[in-house]
Amino acid sequence: MIEVRNASKSYGETLVVDDVSITLPAGGVISLIGANGAGKSTLLSMISRLLPVPAGTVTVEGMDVTTTPGDVLARHLSILRQDNQMTARLTVRDLIAFGRYPHSKGRLTVEDQGHIERVIRYLELEAVAHRFLDELSGGQRQRAFIAMVLCQDTDYVLLDEPLNNLDVKHAVAMMKLFRRTADEFRKTIILVLHDINFASCYSDRIVAMRNGRIAHQGPPEDIITPCVIRDVYGVEANIHEIDGKRVALYFR
Amino acid sequence: MRGLVLAAAGVIALAAASLFVGVSDVTIGTILSGSSDEATQVLLVSRIPRTFALVLAGAGMAVSGLILQMLARNKFVEPSTAGTAESAVFGMLMVTLLAPETAMLGRMLVAGVCALAGTVLFLGILRRMPLRSPLIVPLVGIMLGAVITASTEFVAYRFDMLQSVRAWETGDFSGVLRGRYELLWIGAALTAVAYAAADRFTVAGLGEDFTTNLGLNHRRVVSLGLIIVSLVTAAVIATCGMIPFLGLIVPNLISLMRGDNMRLSLPWVALFGAGLVLACDIAGRLVIRPYEIPIGTTMGIVGSAIFLYLLLRKNRHAA
Amino acid sequence: MPPDRRSLPPAVLIAGLGGLAAASIVLFLTVGAKGSWSFILTFRGTKVAAMVLVGYAIAMSTVLFQTITNNRILTPSIMGFDALYRLIQTVLVFQLGSAAVAGFDPRLRFGIEVAAMVAFSWLLYRWLFSGSLRGLHLLMLVGIVFGVLFRSLSGFLQRVIDPNEFLVVQDRLFASFNRVDAQLLAVSALVVLAVSVVVWRKAGVLDVLALGRDAAINLGVDHRREVMQMLVTVSILVAVSTALVGPVTFFGLLVANLAYLLVDTHRHRLILPVAALVAILVLMSGQLVLERLLGFNGALSIVIEFLGGIVFLIILVRRAAR
Repeated sequence: MIEVRNASKSYGETLVVDDVSITLPAGGVISLIGANGAGKSTLLSMISRLLPVPAGTVTVEGMDVTTTPGDVLARHLSILRQDNQMTARLTVRDLIAFGRYPHSKGRLTVEDQGHIERVIRYLELEAVAHRFLDELSGGQRQRAFIAMVLCQDTDYVLLDEPLNNLDVKHAVAMMKLFRRTADEFRKTIILVLHDINFASCYSDRIVAMRNGRIAHQGPPEDIITPCVIRDVYGVEANIHEIDGKRVALYFR
Repeated sequence: MRGLVLAAAGVIALAAASLFVGVSDVTIGTILSGSSDEATQVLLVSRIPRTFALVLAGAGMAVSGLILQMLARNKFVEPSTAGTAESAVFGMLMVTLLAPETAMLGRMLVAGVCALAGTVLFLGILRRMPLRSPLIVPLVGIMLGAVITASTEFVAYRFDMLQSVRAWETGDFSGVLRGRYELLWIGAALTAVAYAAADRFTVAGLGEDFTTNLGLNHRRVVSLGLIIVSLVTAAVIATCGMIPFLGLIVPNLISLMRGDNMRLSLPWVALFGAGLVLACDIAGRLVIRPYEIPIGTTMGIVGSAIFLYLLLRKNRHAA
Repeated sequence: MPPDRRSLPPAVLIAGLGGLAAASIVLFLTVGAKGSWSFILTFRGTKVAAMVLVGYAIAMSTVLFQTITNNRILTPSIMGFDALYRLIQTVLVFQLGSAAVAGFDPRLRFGIEVAAMVAFSWLLYRWLFSGSLRGLHLLMLVGIVFGVLFRSLSGFLQRVIDPNEFLVVQDRLFASFNRVDAQLLAVSALVVLAVSVVVWRKAGVLDVLALGRDAAINLGVDHRREVMQMLVTVSILVAVSTALVGPVTFFGLLVANLAYLLVDTHRHRLILPVAALVAILVLMSGQLVLERLLGFNGALSIVIEFLGGIVFLIILVRRAAR
């Protein structure tokens, strides 16, 4: 369980996260949605101790993220931000192997090798495993980064816009993989998503943010409604139910 | 306008002070009473030329910085961050080695041509970098300057000229005497030309498309600006050596107060440049009397401190 | 793990570089030697030892610095580290008087200078790297301008100290390869050895730091503490190399990038030795060619500035164009 209590954060004059309190239960896929600048990424970064928490507290499984040693937390929670630039020239396999660092501190065990191979297979990266990251397409690189955090094998996986740079085929495959990881391995996957229909079709729970606050939260059927979407994004949407999943049409 | 008059009065006061600060005892009393021929000599041969040189070099370098900033469309460019000054030093070395008999004016012209070539090279490199952040521009200029300086020093090292090169690299007005600073008047004339063409530079600062749209020939404006900057820099280096960061900090400070319309800001830049150089030089003469601290050093401290302030100040609209 | 496609196997590479470096040392010791061997070997041996030590220190400090700043174009000297060290040396003379400083045991003086250097650079660069400066170009520019400021301040203080007196001390303070203090050399060697042991044991952490701040924190590394530790290490190494020969702005950049070209790996256990060997090789062979063949004694630093400056420009322009 992740608990956020009265967390706030401002950049200069602007309050980006405004006194947020929320409890995210363990297990399942949770999507964070909201307009640009609503504070989704900042909240995610605070939960994952990439940004300091100037006011309020964040605990993961009872561990306060600001006081718990980084290496302990790294075995319970992993985070991938958007725009991952890397100066080191790494092969895909080397990058993924770093996911095992919190467990083996750089000395790979047989078990670690197993994890690495499994993740490479899951993300269909076998063909490019020996290639350098800077030689890959944006989509391949994105999958390699996701592979690294999955290889970390933590109970909580936080991903900021993981579908960036992915085509429709790979985006669907990625969401299915998250679903499977949550169901089969009992992990908690927390995603910042822009595509509300992906959020609707794959999440157990959706959290909608607006102006630095939690505006709505609940299962997809409570969130994917014309009224909530108007409130969060300021657009009119038609909601259709297809194969038991809600789909919002907002293109006109 | 009242502000300008006040600023001019300030510069004149500093200039007057500069006349009476130094090792030899020169006071208004000794001059007027005519009791000391020596004092009058010092005043005529050393103090007055030195003061003129300070005013002209300060105004010229500050205005050069302003023009370069308009042409490169970047706030952090000036002759010592665009390869201009370093190329001028290279030119001085070459002409001293190959044609040591050349008169001062000839030397300055050769240095000016080299400075022009160096600056054109700098702008050419910038042109080949499509996505440029404002801060990478001075970085490229400083590094280009370092490469040119290394070449200069290698040649100088081979021909045992390192001493002269160091003199051109560090500004110092203590050697300025009558008959050895008059080149700077050429710089003053060029500064006046710059004022006449100020509107063109302002337009050029808005970009090539904008300039063409207004019916001006962008190439020609740029060429004029580069020639002015190169010759002024060469004149200053030939007379007293490089004054680092002056052309950067003065226009930026004025731009904060007065904006970027060059017709309005240029007189301010010229006055402020002259005043700052006068103040630094007087301070350098006072701190360790009877010795002097060269202006290259004092301006290095003052200039880099203000440059840092400009870089680190909270809301950077300059960048 | 499968070997890289492009580069030589690491063992071969290191052996090859090591061989070349050793050969250049032997050549340097023997080429053009006339007269008493024992004299020549002692004289040149000190010089060689200093060059090896300096090359090693600069290579290591640059690679470490580039790893913690996550950038392959910054070097300690570009960020003004060695200018800071010079300033500290000058301030020391200024405060205590040249006679007192000259009277110190060079090892004691060196110790005080290194301590001051570590303290000041830690404060300054903690502030610079604490994230208050957004953007690499700003950071670089601030570093360069700080360098100018430190150099001008040193110049200022050197003038303020009685100029005549200062000239006397200057010789003692600012060494070159041709006049190395043997005692200082021994102390420096010990310091560098100790630092190397620490760095070697931290190699795994360094590999993670090279992934960048976010990734390092995600993998459970105490990013702030490790970076500060490495910054202290870098300060010590810069103090050693500057104390022995003075500033060489672009040498580290040249060597580190050559090493990255040669090994194409992220593993510091490989990069660090390769960079050190490349540094030694470049210094020895460069000095050999310039001094023994062309007769340009003392021009090596100028040539390095020239080449390094061009490399820097190329990297800068290519990165911006990408």
